[in-house]
Amino acid sequence: MTVSKPLPHDAAPLHVTGAARYVDDIPTPANCLHLAFGLSEIAAGRITSLDLDPVRAAPGVVAVYAASDLPGPCDCSPSNHDEPLLSDGSIHYLGQPVFLVAATSHLAARQAARLAKISYDAAPAILTIEAALAADSRFEEGPRVWTKGDVAAEMATAPHRLSGSIEIGGQEHFYLEGQASLALPQENGDIVVHSSTQHPTEIQHKVAEALNLPMHAVRCEIRRMGGGFGGKESQGNALAIATSVVAHATGRPAKMRYDRDDDMTITGKRHDFRIDYEVGHDADGRLLAVDFTQFTRCGWAMDLSLPVADRAMLHAENAYLIPAVRITSHRLRTNTQSATAYRGFGGPQGMLGMERVMDHLARSLGRDPVEIRRLNYYRPAEAVAPVASNASSTTSLDGVDPSDQDLTSRGATPERTAGSARRFGGAHSPKSRMGAENTTPYGMEVTDFLLHEMTDALLVSSDYAHRVNKVAEWNAANSILKRGIAFSPVKFGISFTLTHLNQAGALVHVYQDGSVHLNHGGTEMGQGLFQKVAQVAASRFGIDPAQVRITATDTGKVPNTSATAASSGSDLNGMAAQAACDTIRGRMADCLAGLYQARPDQVLFEAGMVRMPGHEMTFAEAAATVYAQRVSLSATGFYKTPGLDWDRIAGRGRPFFYFAYGAAVTEVVIDTLTGENRILRADLLHDAGSSLNPALDIGQIEGGYVQGAGWLTTEELVWDGKGRLRTHAPSTYKIPACSDRPDVFNVALWDAPNRAETVYRSKAVGEPPFMLGISAFLALSHAASACGPHYPDLVAPATAENILAAVNRARG
Amino acid sequence: MQTHLTINGTQRRLDLDPRTTLLDALRHHLGLTGSKKGCDHGQCGACTVMVNGRRINACLTLACMHDGDEVTTIEGIGQPDDLSPLQQAFVSEDGFQCGYCTPGQICSATAMLQEISDGWPSHVTSDLAGEAELTSDEISERMSGNLCRCSAYPNIVQAIHKAAGKNA
Ligand code: FES
Ligand code: FES
Repeated sequence: MTVSKPLPHDAAPLHVTGAARYVDDIPTPANCLHLAFGLSEIAAGRITSLDLDPVRAAPGVVAVYAASDLPGPCDCSPSNHDEPLLSDGSIHYLGQPVFLVAATSHLAARQAARLAKISYDAAPAILTIEAALAADSRFEEGPRVWTKGDVAAEMATAPHRLSGSIEIGGQEHFYLEGQASLALPQENGDIVVHSSTQHPTEIQHKVAEALNLPMHAVRCEIRRMGGGFGGKESQGNALAIATSVVAHATGRPAKMRYDRDDDMTITGKRHDFRIDYEVGHDADGRLLAVDFTQFTRCGWAMDLSLPVADRAMLHAENAYLIPAVRITSHRLRTNTQSATAYRGFGGPQGMLGMERVMDHLARSLGRDPVEIRRLNYYRPAEAVAPVASNASSTTSLDGVDPSDQDLTSRGATPERTAGSARRFGGAHSPKSRMGAENTTPYGMEVTDFLLHEMTDALLVSSDYAHRVNKVAEWNAANSILKRGIAFSPVKFGISFTLTHLNQAGALVHVYQDGSVHLNHGGTEMGQGLFQKVAQVAASRFGIDPAQVRITATDTGKVPNTSATAASSGSDLNGMAAQAACDTIRGRMADCLAGLYQARPDQVLFEAGMVRMPGHEMTFAEAAATVYAQRVSLSATGFYKTPGLDWDRIAGRGRPFFYFAYGAAVTEVVIDTLTGENRILRADLLHDAGSSLNPALDIGQIEGGYVQGAGWLTTEELVWDGKGRLRTHAPSTYKIPACSDRPDVFNVALWDAPNRAETVYRSKAVGEPPFMLGISAFLALSHAASACGPHYPDLVAPATAENILAAVNRARG
Repeated sequence: MQTHLTINGTQRRLDLDPRTTLLDALRHHLGLTGSKKGCDHGQCGACTVMVNGRRINACLTLACMHDGDEVTTIEGIGQPDDLSPLQQAFVSEDGFQCGYCTPGQICSATAMLQEISDGWPSHVTSDLAGEAELTSDEISERMSGNLCRCSAYPNIVQAIHKAAGKNA
């Protein structure tokens, strides 16, 4: 069997020799036009005059487009039809594309884009959460509220209360390969787009819509991305549409690649949050009631902000069973880049709110934070807990005009028909119908909770108790440098919360020489998805993965795909590929059984051979034999996740197929004079189910942790008072470097098969480990609290400045 | 402007706008797209190549400044069927995820190993007069100009250790 093997990436030899091609590496076709946007210089207001003549006169310029020169609005939004490709005269953020230049070279286009003369009538810009609240500038009519239990009553009777607030900064994706698109005009007005995208179907859909073409006239292809992290779920739409519009209008190929500064200035980032909390608890630290208010800065357009904010609510309790919870979520509209998907999709922010509560509570009680966490964990999974799989989807799209809906986007809004009357329905929500109370604030029974065992194991392997004492000793002996150590758990829900996105397709061909061609709807961005799916296919046929060739994701091969997001890539596409392979294998077995007087179930595919009683042959011979018998060796496969049932308005149901778990212990040291800090040691234990490929999964876990810790430490986005992003290059925006990884870094997989029926019982591993980085933030908080008697109220990201401020607060 | 470069052992003559960076010359004029453009600002290391054996950010230098120089790019270090020991180690140790930083990491590490064997000290070298030892600290410090957003750092360091061990 070739699953569960630590095989390297399918394209490894290409990557290490520079032969692996990304969109910008595709040889530029002759006659290709290069595009650049001219950007708004103010954050809010109107354009009063737009003089593009100097742009047109610049050397190399072939065409210049303002909004009125486009075939229509050319909307780029994945949700709300509120993102015209070019400004319609109103300006919503500093960096908004105002016009488009097509020139004979990338440099010529960029230089010309600087030459426009634009005058504005500026309006006051809403930049912060506070300003948005004051102006009631928001998406949706009011805050979403989900409730479990009687929060007011529990809070009133709780023996102890605690309250506080945490500010959480956003995060730039900094995919090392910037956004890029290349559009090639075809006969009959058709378009082929090579786009660096996590969501080819979305690109196809939005390009077709912009050009008023049927989707069959547009094909999107993507072999690989140089990192995505959510930043290429919707943010590539503008480039794909711009290149397609120009290619369509001029009949010439068109290419667009954002320069790094433009990329950071134009595209959306992780949402920043403020989370206020009020907690009722008993003297032991048991939670009785928690009231969260989440403020989400969404930026100027809706994009994917609603499901992001939903997911923050869905992870607001993280791993803890709380009798009474209220979560209020404000989705605020500001004059900044439209915040978008980013690894974890709001989950990390929601989870950090909860972990802040646990940290604050433990410090205020003077107890060990791990003890307090364990006291409040969900109940452990029973020895074998069956996974519900009979409920059917109730999310209905009836009555929504499909032409108006981007059905394949997470930004789709089916709630228009799915019970909008119950918008504030938390209070009216039905009581849990399940037995012993072990339910989330949204009423989902937690049946697979692994954190009790995982915590035990990690505390031993990381030598936690002993090191806590050593840290205390160190802090007693050192006045300048202080150490901190912290544990944090992760429980992350796997599935798209827009239920109908939980589907996938695959296309498999077996050729007469026994080689296999595999295509599926997932995209490769470094997570090793292609390799994992190839391993699944190879093991179905009992052949070497090298015999399986995975080709570029292509909307012409597998249609109507969902974004490669929500960690779902291998869960969904692995199952679809498995179904396609099994169809072919079944046909081969039937055929060979007939030829060699065996029963189909006696035909075995293993170790490169096909065996049946009295006969055996290589897989290649079998393929040739079956072909000669005129049997089809090509099949599609389809998969949809069972058992999902979710009403996002009421905040009730089963949005997730299963949970993935993880736990981390991080130790840090801070310099209390400068705020400088370092991660000394990190111990991670992560649940990947029965891992499809341990090497790839460990890479994802390490990378996720470092990126999560980066989000909460050095990665600070700064906008000035005019709304200009000041941190728009790696010189000012600090992502972790090689020397920032922990000095000691121990990563282990929790090896237990997924209780849910996933492909080979594996678990999704793309997003969950990101949140292990929260332990680094908590360790810094611990170090700061060693400086004095007060709670340090550390702000995220914990930059040197914020750590110094926290140290001062701790001292009082 | 005419510039003569020896690229991966082959003499090339280029006629370029003098403002063309070495990176653009490689990618756009010579079709050598193995060197990547991550930032174009000299801050990410994705464009690292070797000029006369020393590593350099190709986006931060003009092609015409290197008239007569020998440039080695990732394509010159090895080919898919003929990998250098360092390239092999990146494959076996899984020293990457998305792979976009990888050509730069490998060019940088190739030159870095030479710097160490030539006895150049770094910021973390304890004994400036003695030989620099190839510790993980040394590798991290010397490779910190090559960013990897996927944070494949542990495996990158491991791959470098492995390749260095083979060379030694
Ligand atoms: S592209 Fe040259 S250092 Fe980033
Ligand atoms: S492997 Fe993706 S940036 Fe390094």
